[in-house]
Amino acid sequence: MAGVAVSTTINGDAVEYLCQPDETLLEVLRDRLGLTGAKEGCGTGDCGACSVIVDGRLVCSCLVLGAEAEGRKVETIEGMAHGDQLHPLQQKFLEHAALQCGICTPGFLIAAKDLLAKNPSPTEEEIRFGLAGNLCRCTGYDKIVRAVQDAAVVMKGA
Amino acid sequence: MNFDPRFTGRNFSSVGTRPIRPDGIDKVTGRARYGADFNMAGQLVGRVLRSPHAHAVIKSIDTSKAEKLAGVKAVITAKDLPDLTDGDAAMYDILDNSMARKKALYDGHAVAAVAAIDARIARQALKLIEVDYEVLPHVTDVDEAAQHHAPLINDQVFTEGLEEKPAKPSNVTKRTQFGHGDVHKGFAQADFIVERSFKTEQTHQGYIEPHACVASVNPDGTADLWVCTQGHFVYRQHCAQLLGLEASKLRVTSSEIGGGFGGKTHVWAEPVALALSRKAGRPVKLVMTRDEVFRASGPTSATSIDVRIGARKDGTITAAEATLRYSAGPYAGSWAEIGAMTAFACYKLENVKTVGFEVLVNRPKTAAYRAPSAPMAAFAVESSIDELAKELGMDAVDFRIKNAAQEGTRASYGPVYGPIGIGPTLEAVKKHPHMKAPLKANQGRGMACGFWFNFGGQTCTDLNIGMDGSVSLAVGTVDVGGSRASLSLVAAEELGIDYGNVKAIVADTSSLGYNDMTDGSRGTFSSSMATISAARNAIKILRDRAAQMWDIPVDDVTWEKGHAIAKGEKYGNLSPLSLKDIAAKSGTTGGPIAGHSELVADGAGVSFATHICDIEVDPETGAARVIRYTVVQDAGKAVHPTYVEGQYQGGAAQGIGWALNEEYIYGKDGRLQNAGFLDYRIPVCSDLPMIDTQILEIPNPNHPYGVRGVGETSIVPPLAAIANAVSNAVGVRMTHIPMSPPRILAALDAEREG
Repeated sequence: MAGVAVSTTINGDAVEYLCQPDETLLEVLRDRLGLTGAKEGCGTGDCGACSVIVDGRLVCSCLVLGAEAEGRKVETIEGMAHGDQLHPLQQKFLEHAALQCGICTPGFLIAAKDLLAKNPSPTEEEIRFGLAGNLCRCTGYDKIVRAVQDAAVVMKGA
Repeated sequence: MNFDPRFTGRNFSSVGTRPIRPDGIDKVTGRARYGADFNMAGQLVGRVLRSPHAHAVIKSIDTSKAEKLAGVKAVITAKDLPDLTDGDAAMYDILDNSMARKKALYDGHAVAAVAAIDARIARQALKLIEVDYEVLPHVTDVDEAAQHHAPLINDQVFTEGLEEKPAKPSNVTKRTQFGHGDVHKGFAQADFIVERSFKTEQTHQGYIEPHACVASVNPDGTADLWVCTQGHFVYRQHCAQLLGLEASKLRVTSSEIGGGFGGKTHVWAEPVALALSRKAGRPVKLVMTRDEVFRASGPTSATSIDVRIGARKDGTITAAEATLRYSAGPYAGSWAEIGAMTAFACYKLENVKTVGFEVLVNRPKTAAYRAPSAPMAAFAVESSIDELAKELGMDAVDFRIKNAAQEGTRASYGPVYGPIGIGPTLEAVKKHPHMKAPLKANQGRGMACGFWFNFGGQTCTDLNIGMDGSVSLAVGTVDVGGSRASLSLVAAEELGIDYGNVKAIVADTSSLGYNDMTDGSRGTFSSSMATISAARNAIKILRDRAAQMWDIPVDDVTWEKGHAIAKGEKYGNLSPLSLKDIAAKSGTTGGPIAGHSELVADGAGVSFATHICDIEVDPETGAARVIRYTVVQDAGKAVHPTYVEGQYQGGAAQGIGWALNEEYIYGKDGRLQNAGFLDYRIPVCSDLPMIDTQILEIPNPNHPYGVRGVGETSIVPPLAAIANAVSNAVGVRMTHIPMSPPRILAALDAEREG
């Protein structure tokens, strides 16, 4: 199989890579680029642990081909903080203990960032439905919802 | 060791506060490294070939074509994992489960494995392996498997625990019995008797991180294993035994763990990865797919339980009896036994008898799932308790309060209780505003109690004080949900320093003595005990060093609030020395300062919880939805209350999924029909309400700070609490978990048809 040459932007940086035509964006991120923050929980788009944002759209990177990133802008968990300054969602997840094992956390943070970008003042119900594509088995979601509510308040004030 | 673990009332400075966890930033930035996030030079990709049959003799396996495929570096079968278990039946089962030896015993049972230069070639190689199966009749249902005519899974199994050894083999591995008194006499004294039968379906722990490891075996017999596990020391022992390695030459590092809930207490693919690495001469990464996780790793038991409880008119229970059948997968365990022990543990009973039967079925080997076996027994018993309360015309909470176990009660499984929390949780529930909140049409409220033993076990901890006065704490219990934060709090508390000066890590198997795995809610209980002991040992050295610095007898030096104090008026001019002052001089006063601790953490305090649940049922679709949920549980002492709440909420959420939706569905062909998160649907954010918690603190007398384990009990009451709520909402007793929409509709239809 011949590799596909891809030029893309990841977390603001120009990136080039070769990938196989059937290789997912998740595999490229994790295995070729060392960006292991996105996790594979299912490989079928059911758990959201591999969530990334491509051209402003929240996607499961296990359902996107690496070749499809050509010419696009990809945002991953590794680009969420600005240097040593955590994103308000990251800070609120820590303060609210919105993670236990933490495997779903990168996906939740990316999905929550996308949610608040589109709806800066979500109701509890909107948060719950907005994050329904991400599975967490540890927390029962209570503290995740509270962290997102709190982050929304902080971000509006900023 | 002269460590005194007894509880002493004290005022806490650090314990009970809610700081940010030390591993937090890595986890919100994507830097934390889980099982699949680690790589080694020259690493190969491992893949496992699994049986498509529920029960089949493996007549032959031809791996020659796969071996010839370019890029394939090793192909293994059971022949590459020779039996070194030396008559240890439990280890033989683990070996056989890792790689089937003679028969495939369930859909998903590993039969061969490959290591190749990439995943694509590894997948192609699996397709080139030819397995000749002789398919056998199978059985997946617990009640059918217990019948005499059922297909026999292991002809060497003769039911244990009967008065005489049976003449014929059976799928029933063991009969166990617990209780005391005379239930016949007790039922004769009863004015009301309730008798019901219940079923629960098999569920999976559902951790989001699939099993993953990287194994590297060197030609000199040394080896490394990086793995997501709840117990790296146990994995080391099991893998070393199965591979014929010396345990001390196998270094196991526990990665961050993406959920376990009991499912990462057993080795699965790790011996396979090591065998592949040994054969290929290169490191091998082996990561399960989600399909493999469901088909081949740790589900809980399916159960079938009969309960009979009798009471006098005044509400006193006179007798209680249960027969519990638990599926174990194709290998013996102790699942029914645990169910039989926990079933009536909440109650003060004069006459009680429980009998457990463990049953082999052609399903994956049952693994522990958070308070294993207890939720199903609690579902059956607490549902029957509600029914009996109705018959008596008593309030469900009052009936339980009247019969609740107390300090001094002989538990149904044997021991006499010390101070316990069942009464206080019930009293708290009785007073809780949730119990008085109005309900609307199609809504129902239920409550239920739960019990879990908790466990202590072998624990080893090192506490090292740096020359700058900062403290590193190395523990051997894997952190599954924030224990590095709670253990840092405990070290800070005992030493009298700030939480921020302590950094806790989970050490690998070559850096610390043996630790039992993180199970039985033991992480914070046992490692905090060991941390307190290690800190006290360090304080002895700190006092000694201070005495040297002052040139006074060590007996005149005390330790208070992080400082050495010279006691007595004659030392009035000596200013206290801080831990930092003493550490700075350590190079000239005797070298590094450290405290070590090795102990068996006995005295894990038993744990009780009572939950309240409001449910709304759609009578058209049968869909049930939790609209309010409250957890009340005794923590002994909540070291980090936010993470204690998290354990309460997480267990409740898992219980809600189990009660309403989750189940393994097998086809007639014995194959799992829903091996994925789309069809095995765990609760998502929009399925649940906020989960309220109330932490009670009834100190455990056997821990210096009163700590009890908190991790597991929260999954015990939900099945029953939700079943009671649904039953109250629809007016029909629900007896089959999960109460999925079709089951609720069927119950409603049966009721309408009368």
